[in-house]
Amino acid sequence: MTAPLEVSGSAAEAQPEAVLSGMESKTIEGRSLGRIAWIRFKRDKVAVAGGIVVVLLVLLAVLSKPIEWVFGLDPNALHQNLIDPVLLRPKGALGGISWAHPLGIEPQFGRDLLSRIIEGSWVSLAVAFGATVLSNIIGMVLGVVAGFYGGWVDTLISRLMDIFLAFPLLLFAIAISASLQGGAFGLHGLPLHISVLIFVIGFFNWPYMGRIIRGQTLSLREREFVDAARSLGARGPFILFKELLPNLVAPIIVYSTLLIPTNILFEAGLSFLGVGIEPPQASWGGMLNQAVDLYQADPMFMVIPGMAIFITVLAFNLLGDGLRDALDPRNN
Amino acid sequence: MVAYIIRRAFAAVVLLLIVSAVTFGIFFLVPRLAGETTQQLASQYVGRDPSPQAVQSIIHNLGFDKPVYQQYWEFIHGIVAGRTFNDGPTPTHCAVPCFGYSFKSHLPVWPDLTQRIPVTLSLALGAAVIWLVSGVAIGVLSALKRGSIFDRLSMGVALAGVSLPIFFTGLLSMDLFSFQWPIFSNLHYVNFTDNPLMWAKNLVLPWVTLAFLYSALYARLTRAGMLETMSEDYIRTARAKGLPERKVVTRHGLRSALTPIITIFGMDFGLLLGGAVLTETVFSLPGVGQYAVQAITDNDLPKVMAVTTLAAFFIVVANLLVDLLYAVVDPRVRLS
Repeated sequence: MTAPLEVSGSAAEAQPEAVLSGMESKTIEGRSLGRIAWIRFKRDKVAVAGGIVVVLLVLLAVLSKPIEWVFGLDPNALHQNLIDPVLLRPKGALGGISWAHPLGIEPQFGRDLLSRIIEGSWVSLAVAFGATVLSNIIGMVLGVVAGFYGGWVDTLISRLMDIFLAFPLLLFAIAISASLQGGAFGLHGLPLHISVLIFVIGFFNWPYMGRIIRGQTLSLREREFVDAARSLGARGPFILFKELLPNLVAPIIVYSTLLIPTNILFEAGLSFLGVGIEPPQASWGGMLNQAVDLYQADPMFMVIPGMAIFITVLAFNLLGDGLRDALDPRNN
Repeated sequence: MVAYIIRRAFAAVVLLLIVSAVTFGIFFLVPRLAGETTQQLASQYVGRDPSPQAVQSIIHNLGFDKPVYQQYWEFIHGIVAGRTFNDGPTPTHCAVPCFGYSFKSHLPVWPDLTQRIPVTLSLALGAAVIWLVSGVAIGVLSALKRGSIFDRLSMGVALAGVSLPIFFTGLLSMDLFSFQWPIFSNLHYVNFTDNPLMWAKNLVLPWVTLAFLYSALYARLTRAGMLETMSEDYIRTARAKGLPERKVVTRHGLRSALTPIITIFGMDFGLLLGGAVLTETVFSLPGVGQYAVQAITDNDLPKVMAVTTLAAFFIVVANLLVDLLYAVVDPRVRLS
């Protein structure tokens, strides 16, 4: 029984990472690209930390309503007794931090900041995820079609992307969300604002994703494995779904992860300008909008939502950078 | 080269026409999506309790009674030939380039808007100088000293920089340097021609805040580009033929690493000229971006239309200039 030993010995040599990390695998394991990427990703401690924060934030956003209910938090309850009636700022140090209000309260109205931050998290992430999915779908479909079919289809779609990129995106977003504030598509209030934001942010951002996917498809199309599939008699749809799409998963994951923080900043910016989420619904950008007039009385009121945005965006950026390094085959 | 310039310029004009047409269509369509009728749209331009005649005449003056393509044609025609509006007893002439007439401020839009351009230009130019110099320098140094403490530290700061919203850093810097330690107190825009010193002093905070965001971005981009370029074969060739390292970096490495940076810079700068909306709002600078937000809040459609067209114009022109610059630097571009 020498043969299996030989095999496992040479297999271990062929997998230097396994040797390095001290993994004593007795059986021979094939390593998929995803597995290699996961091993690389695990080694990047900063990216893992970013990933953990992202998971916690998503949990916080998804469970925000139950959390508020369990702890008896009310993001819109006024605590005017805790506000200094003359200076309009919270009584006590650091914006009125106390056991009952761990992040303090807002000046003027005295609403609890922790519960407003929690409430803002789901709004922020819902808009960012929704917009990312929307621009991914448009960008992916048009990018793959342009790259795969080429010719006049490619020219048409590429020109369309040029036109979209020439739009002053932020001005458009402000104008459209401002004029739809009253009600549209049979929606009103918060559902309307969230869907308008998803539409405005997602619909105009797709060319970035579209360009990346088009470029990837163009280079993949010429690769040997596509030729091989074609010579075996595979047709367009088969090549598209079975040969090309699996290879596009990595860039799609990476750029989605990096698009989410951009969209979080976009939503916060629109709410900051007063055309995103409308009060009294709490949103991080909306809180900073209030802080413009109140930061001199109570700087903590500006710092808390600002840090919430910063930590969230930073965590997604760390995760995205780590995923890109792990999934990029050029990195070793 | 001349043929290339003409071809690119023509394409830019066509692109601009398409963008303005789509913009026009969207602003025509969106209020109707929200369920507003032409009467409601027009009645906000006259005082309270408008008489049906007054509304009717506003509808006529704004051109809402005409089909959308005809309204668009009159808008474009006005830019090159001027227009006359019936506002009040005497018709007002709106001189070339006429980007429309505001029935709310009772003034043509263009002269009002052009007053705002120097403010935004001052902001964008100053910030661009800071972020290009610091961003590119930090990116190159980080790439050359990859893995060093300087590299890790500056890339850490850069990552934090791209994750910070400008409306937070702006408020923070104002709180710290204008309120807590009043180094730059009483911030307000001063014309360069009135007092260059005060102009610069009052713009330092907005410049640095805006530049911080972009330096972080450019440092990351430059570092990535530089790392990729420095591993190319021709760099090894340059080293092998005995060039001093300084020349390898500046002549061979930096030169090709900077080309994508120029493209992105063109887009970013063009976008900023069309209104640094968030920065201008935070620092209360009376620029194009603030004008746009004001116009949108007031629901003053001709102003919104004019400012969006202007912003698109800056983006298209910036891209055109970048393309032409490419053609000068790289002969392969104009030949293909």
